[in-house]
Amino acid sequence: MNFPDDLLYSEDHEWLRVEGNRGIIGITDYAQEELGDVVFVELPSVGEEFKAGDNFGVVESVKSVSDMYIPVSGRVVEINEDLDGAPELVNEDPYGKGWMIVVEMTDPEETSDLMSASEYEAFVKESE
Amino acid sequence: MKLVPLIFEMSREGRCGYSLPALDVPKVDDAIPADMVRGSEPNLPEVSEVDVIRHFTNLSHLNHGVDTGFYPLGSCTMKYNPKLNEDVAKLAGFTESHPYQPESVSQGNLRLIYDMEKFLAEVSGMDRVTLQPAAGAHGEFTGISIIRAYHEHRGNKKTKVIIPDSAHGTNPATATMCGYRVVKVESDERGGIDLDKLQDALDDEVAALMLTNPNTLGLFDENIDKITELVHSVGALCYYDGANLNGTLGKARPGDMGFDVVHINLHKTFSTPHGGGGPGAGPVGVKKELIDFLPVPLVDYDGEKYYFNYNVPHTIGKVRSFYGNFDVVVKAYAYILFNGPDGLRSVCENAVLNANYIMENLKDLYYLPYDRYCKHEFVVSSKWQKQKNSVRTTDVAKRLLDFGIHPPTVYFPLIVEEALMIEPTETESKETLDTFISVMRQIAKEAAEDPDFVKSAPHDTPVGRLDETRAARHPVLRYKKD
Amino acid sequence: MDYIPNTDREREEMLKSIGVSSIEDLFSDIPDNVKFNSRLNLPEAMSELEVKRQMAALAESNAEAEHYTYFIGGGIYDHYIPSAVSHIIGRSEFYTAYTPYQPEISQGTLQSIFEYQTMICELTGMDVSNASIYDGASAMAEAGIMAVKVKDKGRILVSKTVHPEYRRVLETYTAGMDIDIIEVDYRDGVTDIEDLKTKLKDVDGLIVQNPNFFGCLEDMEALSSLIHDAGGLFITVADPISLGVLKAPGEYGADIVCGDGQALGNPMNFGGPHLGFLATKEQFVRYMPGRIVGQTVDNRGNTGYVLTLQTREQHIRREKATSNICSNQALCALAATVYLSLMGKKGLKEVGEQCVSKSHYLAGELKKAGFGMAFDKPFFKEFVIKLDKDATPVIDSLLKKKIIAGIDLSRFYPELKGCMMIAVTEKRTKQEMDELVAGLEGLR
Repeated sequence: MNFPDDLLYSEDHEWLRVEGNRGIIGITDYAQEELGDVVFVELPSVGEEFKAGDNFGVVESVKSVSDMYIPVSGRVVEINEDLDGAPELVNEDPYGKGWMIVVEMTDPEETSDLMSASEYEAFVKESE
Repeated sequence: MKLVPLIFEMSREGRCGYSLPALDVPKVDDAIPADMVRGSEPNLPEVSEVDVIRHFTNLSHLNHGVDTGFYPLGSCTMKYNPKLNEDVAKLAGFTESHPYQPESVSQGNLRLIYDMEKFLAEVSGMDRVTLQPAAGAHGEFTGISIIRAYHEHRGNKKTKVIIPDSAHGTNPATATMCGYRVVKVESDERGGIDLDKLQDALDDEVAALMLTNPNTLGLFDENIDKITELVHSVGALCYYDGANLNGTLGKARPGDMGFDVVHINLHKTFSTPHGGGGPGAGPVGVKKELIDFLPVPLVDYDGEKYYFNYNVPHTIGKVRSFYGNFDVVVKAYAYILFNGPDGLRSVCENAVLNANYIMENLKDLYYLPYDRYCKHEFVVSSKWQKQKNSVRTTDVAKRLLDFGIHPPTVYFPLIVEEALMIEPTETESKETLDTFISVMRQIAKEAAEDPDFVKSAPHDTPVGRLDETRAARHPVLRYKKD
Repeated sequence: MDYIPNTDREREEMLKSIGVSSIEDLFSDIPDNVKFNSRLNLPEAMSELEVKRQMAALAESNAEAEHYTYFIGGGIYDHYIPSAVSHIIGRSEFYTAYTPYQPEISQGTLQSIFEYQTMICELTGMDVSNASIYDGASAMAEAGIMAVKVKDKGRILVSKTVHPEYRRVLETYTAGMDIDIIEVDYRDGVTDIEDLKTKLKDVDGLIVQNPNFFGCLEDMEALSSLIHDAGGLFITVADPISLGVLKAPGEYGADIVCGDGQALGNPMNFGGPHLGFLATKEQFVRYMPGRIVGQTVDNRGNTGYVLTLQTREQHIRREKATSNICSNQALCALAATVYLSLMGKKGLKEVGEQCVSKSHYLAGELKKAGFGMAFDKPFFKEFVIKLDKDATPVIDSLLKKKIIAGIDLSRFYPELKGCMMIAVTEKRTKQEMDELVAGLEGLR
C-alpha cells in the first residue's frame, strides 16, 4: 500500500497535504481499499467551516457508508466536483484526482497532532 | 444481450391491449380548462394482450419463489403459501368492497378484523391489536410511536432506545424516525443480551428496549424475564420485534415474557405470500396500559353489530390510510382457522426441528459461532472457507443458485463475520433438507478443492453476477426512448 | 392435513440425528416461567372446505361491486381491471418470491419494477421513481419528510384539500421529528391562495393534491410558483388515472410527486393492499426512501437489473437511513405495470376521458334535478353535491337500491354538513347514473 511521505495522516484514515495555509484533504489508499468500489461521495459546500474531527462528508461503496472526519479545522474553499460523475477516482488515485476538499486552515498548529507516513503505516499494521 | 426485452421496446404504434364499453353519455370536451390538460403524452407501451401476457410470463420464469424451490432465507420465514388463502382472499366480498361503504353492509369485513385481533392477541399474549400497519417495519414505527406517546402523556418523553448489536437494521432506523437516540448493547458469549451491559445502559432517559426473541442468531434469550424486568425497573417499555415469531409460536408468548408492545409479520409467521417484496402486514399488539394510544380506528362490537371506533383517547392517529392491508389479513385469518391451536404449535415445533437438523449436519464444515439449540433459524459462517481458500459467503450463496436453492440471508447479523443465516421453515420435507445439507457440504468441498469454481458462481442462472458497482456509480433508473 | 410434510417417522430420524429424544428438548432453553404450557384459545382446526364456507359467509355479508353500484371514492375507486392483470399477479413465481436480494434469480421481479419506475416517471413527468411504498398516505408522509431533509427548515405546508387521512398519517409520521405541519385553508373547494401567502415563510415545501380530495382541480401553476418563490419544494399528490388527461405534475414544476396507485389495476380490497408511488427529480434521488431498481450488466455481458443506491436504506445506514422502510408493494406495483401496459397511452387517456364525460353527465343530471354543487370548480371524476340534509341517512336509504351513493363529507369536514361526495369511474353506465339521480330525488 502506498503512503506518500509528503502527506500527514489521521487515525480516521484521511490524508492532508499542506500548502501554505491551505490544506488538501482526501482518504488514504488503505481507506479506499477497505471500502471497496466507491460509488458516491457527499462533500460539503464551499464556505462551510469545520473544527478538527468534525464529520465533513460521506463516502459510499455499494454496501457501506463511511463518514469522513476533517483532520484540521478550517473553511472549505474548494471541493472536488469531478467526484460527482466519477467517484471511481477515489479508488484509482486516492492522493491525486481522488482528493476531496481544500480548506483554509484556521489553526495550522493542529497538524502536529497528525501522523507521518511511517507512523501511519505502523498504525494501519497495528489495527489489522 | 437482453433476456427479455423491456415492454417499451415491444411497443408498436396503434397496437392495443384493452377494451372499454363505448361511451353511453355525451362526450364532454370542455370540462377541463385548456391550461390543465396534458401537453405531451406519456410514453406508455402500445402492445396487445398477448404481448403483455407473454412478456410477464417470460419474466416470471426468471424468478425463484417458494413454489419454485427451497428458500431458506433467514429471518424472512419463506414458508409455503397455502392456495386456500389465495382463493378466499379473492372473494368479491373482500376485494370489491370499499373502505368507506356503510358499516351496515361491511359486517363481514368488520367481524373478520374483530376476530383476527382477538386471535393475534391470544397468540402474542397481548390485550389489544391494531391491524393497520402494512409491514413489519411499519409495525415497528407504530409500536415505537405508541411508546413515545405513552411516555409523553406521562410527562417524560425520554430520549433513548436500547437496541442490541444483533438487531435488524429497521430497529435503529425506526427509533430515529420516532425521534430517539439509539444506544447499542452488545451480545454476550451465549449470543444473548449482556445483562451487565444492559444494566449500565439503563437510566431514566431510556424509553424502550427493542428486542427480537429468538434473536437474529435464532437463539432464545434465556434471561428474557430478567431483561424485561430490568427495563421496566427504570420506567422503560419492552418492544418485541416479531420477525422471528415462528420460532416460539404456541410455545412462548411475548406478552408472557414481559413485552409491552409487539409487532407480528403476517407474511412470515402466518403464511401470507411476500409478493416479491410486498404486500405484507405488520399488526401491533399492546398491553392494556397502551390501548388508549393505538391508531384509529379500532373495531368493536356492541352486542348487535361490529363498528369502527374512532374514540381512542390518546391515539397516535393513523399510520396508513383506511384499515391496513386488509386482504392480506384475510389470508392470515384463513391460515389460523385452518391450523387451529394445535396446528400452530406444531408449525413452530417442526420449524425448530428442521432448523436444528440442518445445523447439526453442517456444523463440522461451517463455523458455528454459538453451538446450542437454535429455534427456527441459525447462523453459520464461511470464515473457515475464507481463511483457507478465500471463498466468501457471497460465493457460497451464489453457488447455491446453481442448485436451484435460494441462498440464506447473508452478512447478517453483523456480529458474525461471513454470516449465513438459515431458516428452513416447517413446510420443507426431510428430503429437501437432506438435499440442502448435501449441497452445502459439496460446496464446502469445492471451496477446498476448486475455489475458483465457487468464486465464479453462479454458472447455471439466467444471468451471471451483476455489476452492482456500475449500477450505483452511474444509476440508470428508468428506460428512455433513444 | 396440514402444511407440514414430515411424518412421525421422519421426525424420529431427525431427532436421532440431532441427538435428542423429543422435540420438547429443543425448547429447553425457554425458561419455565415464560413457557406457554396451555393451549392457545383459538377456534379448532378446520378442513379446507370448512374454512372456505366460513370465509364465504363473511364475504357474502358485505356489499361489493359485483352486486352494488359504487359511486363512492375518496381515494379508492371502482375502476375496471382487465382480466389479464389477475392472471399475471396470480403467477406464483411472482407472488411467492421475496424482495429480490439475489438478482441472478429475481430478474422477473427486478425488471418489472424497472418498468414500473419508468411508467411512473412517464405519468408524473419526474426523472426517478422508487419501487413503490405502502400506500398514498405513507408516500405523502415520506415525501414531506424528504422535503425537510432537502431544505432543512422543519416546516411543511399542507392544504386542507388534501385527503384527511393522508394528513393524519403525515402528522403521525412527523410526531417524533422536529417538523411543524401547517395546514392551509380552502375556499370554494380549492386551496386558499390568500391564506397560503400568509404562511410561506421558512418552509420546506407545500403539499397539494390534484384533483384534490373534493375532486376539484387546483390552480397548480399558481401554487407552484408561490412555493418556489418562497424557496420550498412543491409536493403534489396525484390520481395516476387522471394523468392521461391532466397535465403531468412535472409540467407545472412539481419537485416530488406521490399518490396511491390503487386505481391502476388493483381492487378496492376494503382499503388495502395497494401501493403508494413516489417520484422526484434526479437531484433529490438520494433523499428518496424505499427500494430503487437500476439497470446494469452481468459478467456474461447481459443486461440485468439490481436493487441500487442501497446506502440510503436501513440495512446499511441503520439509524441514519432515509426511512425504516425495507419493502415495497411489489405485487401491487406489478398489477399497476400490467394495467398500464394493457391500457397504453391511448387506453389511459380513454379511461380518463370517460371519467370526465360520465362524471359531468351525472353532475349535469343532478343539477337539472335541483341539487346544488358545493363548489364551482372544474373536476375530473369526483364532485360534491349539496343535499340540504344529513347525507348519511340518504346514503343508507340508497343501499336498498343496491347503490353505494357516496361519502358523507361531514365525517371529515364538519362544516360541510349535508354535502355528499360522488365519484364516477368509467365503469358507471348512464342507466346506473340515472338510477342514482332518481333515487336521490325520491328521498327529497
